[in-house]
Amino acid sequence: MTPAMLLVAIVALSIVAFWVGKSRSLALVGGTRGISRLHSLPDHYGFLTALWCGLPALLVALTWLGFQDGILLRIVSTHLPPEVRALPESQFGLVINDLRNVVAGNVPASAVAPSTAAAAAEYLRLRQIARLALTVLVFVLAVVTMLVVRARITPRLRARNHVERLVEWLLFGASTLAVLTTVGIVLSVVFEAFRFFAIVPPHEFLFGLDWSPQMAIRADQVGSSGAFGAVPLFAGTLLISAIAMLVAVPVGLFSAIYLAEYAAPRVRRVVKPLLEVLAGVPTVVYGFFAVITVGPALRAWGEALGLSVSGESALAAGLVMGIMIIPFVSSLADDMITAVPQSLRDGAYALGATRSETIRQVVLRAALPGIVGGVLLAISRAIGETMIVVMAAGLAANLTVNPLEAVTTVTVQIVTLLVGDQEFDSPKTLAAFALGLVLFVVTLILNVVALYVVRRYREQYE
Amino acid sequence: MNSTSEARAEGASRVVLRTAAATQAIVAASIRRRNRAEWRFRAYGLLAVSAGIAFVLFLFGTIIGQGVSVFRQAYVELPIYLDPQIIDPDGTRAAEVLQTADYQSLIRSALRERFPEIEGRRNLRELYSIISSAAFIDLQRRVVADPALVGQRLRVDLLADDAVDSLLKGRTSRESPEQERRLTDQQLGWIDALAADGSLRLKFNREFFGNGDSRDPEQAGIRGALMGSLLTLLITLLLSFPIGVAAAVYLEEFAPRNRVTDIIEVNINNLAAVPSIVFGLLGLAVFIIFFGLPRSAPLVGGLVLTLLTLPTIIIASRAALKGVPPSIREAALGMGASKIQTVAHHVLPLALPGMLTGTIIGMARALGESAPLLMIGMVAFIVDVPQSVFDSATALPVQVFLWSDLPERGFVERTSGAIIVLLLFLLIMNATAVILRNRFEKRW
Repeated sequence: MTPAMLLVAIVALSIVAFWVGKSRSLALVGGTRGISRLHSLPDHYGFLTALWCGLPALLVALTWLGFQDGILLRIVSTHLPPEVRALPESQFGLVINDLRNVVAGNVPASAVAPSTAAAAAEYLRLRQIARLALTVLVFVLAVVTMLVVRARITPRLRARNHVERLVEWLLFGASTLAVLTTVGIVLSVVFEAFRFFAIVPPHEFLFGLDWSPQMAIRADQVGSSGAFGAVPLFAGTLLISAIAMLVAVPVGLFSAIYLAEYAAPRVRRVVKPLLEVLAGVPTVVYGFFAVITVGPALRAWGEALGLSVSGESALAAGLVMGIMIIPFVSSLADDMITAVPQSLRDGAYALGATRSETIRQVVLRAALPGIVGGVLLAISRAIGETMIVVMAAGLAANLTVNPLEAVTTVTVQIVTLLVGDQEFDSPKTLAAFALGLVLFVVTLILNVVALYVVRRYREQYE
Repeated sequence: MNSTSEARAEGASRVVLRTAAATQAIVAASIRRRNRAEWRFRAYGLLAVSAGIAFVLFLFGTIIGQGVSVFRQAYVELPIYLDPQIIDPDGTRAAEVLQTADYQSLIRSALRERFPEIEGRRNLRELYSIISSAAFIDLQRRVVADPALVGQRLRVDLLADDAVDSLLKGRTSRESPEQERRLTDQQLGWIDALAADGSLRLKFNREFFGNGDSRDPEQAGIRGALMGSLLTLLITLLLSFPIGVAAAVYLEEFAPRNRVTDIIEVNINNLAAVPSIVFGLLGLAVFIIFFGLPRSAPLVGGLVLTLLTLPTIIIASRAALKGVPPSIREAALGMGASKIQTVAHHVLPLALPGMLTGTIIGMARALGESAPLLMIGMVAFIVDVPQSVFDSATALPVQVFLWSDLPERGFVERTSGAIIVLLLFLLIMNATAVILRNRFEKRW
């Protein structure tokens, strides 16, 4: 049975179990008339049976399916000829990849080495057995638990309490998934990054000035030094983010001020959502916009002024990223400004201050912590933004502060190092995880600080 | 003494008068200055707002201006004789034979029939290149679907070449010297002849909506990417809605206030701000390397996007639960309902519109997301339309990314067209969310 069919079967069995449990409870008290002798509603007995029938089976099935592929590959690879198994890890990875392709039916068995084809056939045979075994196991488990629960149903069984405790645990489990995700991110990124740091020392990675991740495949290859100094990437990321913030902060802040303090409610109702449209546009669209419109336009203007502007200049990527972040800054600043109590404004007006003086010297000063927090969040967005820079920024790691030149960023390098690669063991791909670790840590610190500042600020006026 | 003191008093009053006037002048000047500052400040604000709106209009104007033409495509309508001698000389009508028949030569003979005066290999090659090299696929599909067509004479819309399409849409000029054009002078003559009798026309672009990816711009479509996005979102929705709602219910209704729930809360808020590419790294390391799930599959894409959208959905769902007044819970508990019954029968139905709104917004975000999908390999050149969540697929925004890299002029139009379709979907989703909120959200 295929995994999808198995899951459907488990659901179907649970529905059967529901009816079994429900009718059993009714039968015990002689039908709906005796219902008052039951501790819980008949449905509760049904749910209890269904949960006990479905959950263990589901758990077993998912665990099995999660590890099946890895175990089968390990078994199958012991059947490969010894000379194949003696291959270095990267080439062995290619053999395994061929095997997977044959198994998935992407490649006919005749297109790969005979030993691989044989292994693929073996894999398919074992998978057939494994699936059969799993199906039997799941069915037996489900039916046995269903019958055990059915046998234990008595009118005095506190079915409702049992069901509710189970449901509460399920709800708790769902809410821990967020924590598990974080743990997963940390573990996966840290684990791979440490493998990278075993090859390239951390200080060389963090402080090295030279980035050229192409490793030499052959010893005599030219231009593939394999240098992993990430400073040019950090510099490029900061340069583009700085340009973005130079666009987003003034425009976002001033539009928030205007909309919150000056604009008529009717204007605000129309303009605010219009600006927020910018936040809903996918970043890939901004990237396309940067490549097709902004980049060439900057280049043409640069030529008119006698400047040489790179086609993938940091300026183009930064400008477009700034446009993307405008609504983010403006809606956060708007929240902060409207949170400032009216009494502060009234006090300033009573002293004879004009509106702009009130805003500059009272409102903005009161809202400053919140706005700073918002800007920090915006910076973390800019640093982690991927598609715009992948499309509009360059690939070459230049260490420069000239916004007219092409620079590369951390996210661009993560994408270029990982896209299209089939092996995950070379320093080149592991470097992507090290970069990911840096990215995660930096944005996490920014977020924690920003969320703390914003929360403190909100509490101040509540 | 009198006179001096009088004089002094007079002088003093004059000084007072003079200083009053001076002060007034100073105050007036400062008010003018302050009013100017006020006016300037206001102008900056107005400028910022108009800049924002100008960006919106410019962005959409550019994309729509470049992409709207993709919905129409140049087709040449020609009568084609489906010659049994060429398609199926043995008369078996087997699907295999029909599949592999030489439809290209049928199209070519139809073209020769239309322009009988053209001779010579080179001229004929130029003539053939007016029609897309992939035009036969549609013909093949029709014949395979209905073998009875063999032997008939059909009027067929043949997909024109990308160069012809771009000429018809006015994007390439006829004036430039012949060597710099993709079409020669005599090709222009034939095109004009075909356009004059109405057989070469712009029609609804069935390739764009019906095909997967292709290397030829006129042949490339978004069907595959759209299907990939749909399957990915299906997985995301099926997982993230129940899990997100369950998590929100637990945190809002059941969780005791203690360290564990504090950690969970801080965690969720932070996850919402983690860059999406990091989720891609997670997906790659956990789902693909560790669990060995297939690369490029919508299943993995859906799992990654689930983790990505969960914080959004949880936060929105909690807000919706907070909006349900405590009196509802107290009334239910007072009637003897258990806590779970209270939540399931009374609180959840009232909070559902808010939760659905949050979920739709989360789905819209997931639909536009591409960076994590690049990490898990949903970024390949895939011609086939994916049929299941295990097939290799790409997604609509990733298709935009892939096409934007290609140099052909025709792909710029396709990219913008794909973006228009993507934005249309996002618009529909967000509008649904707004309507849902306005119609069903209760204010207590």
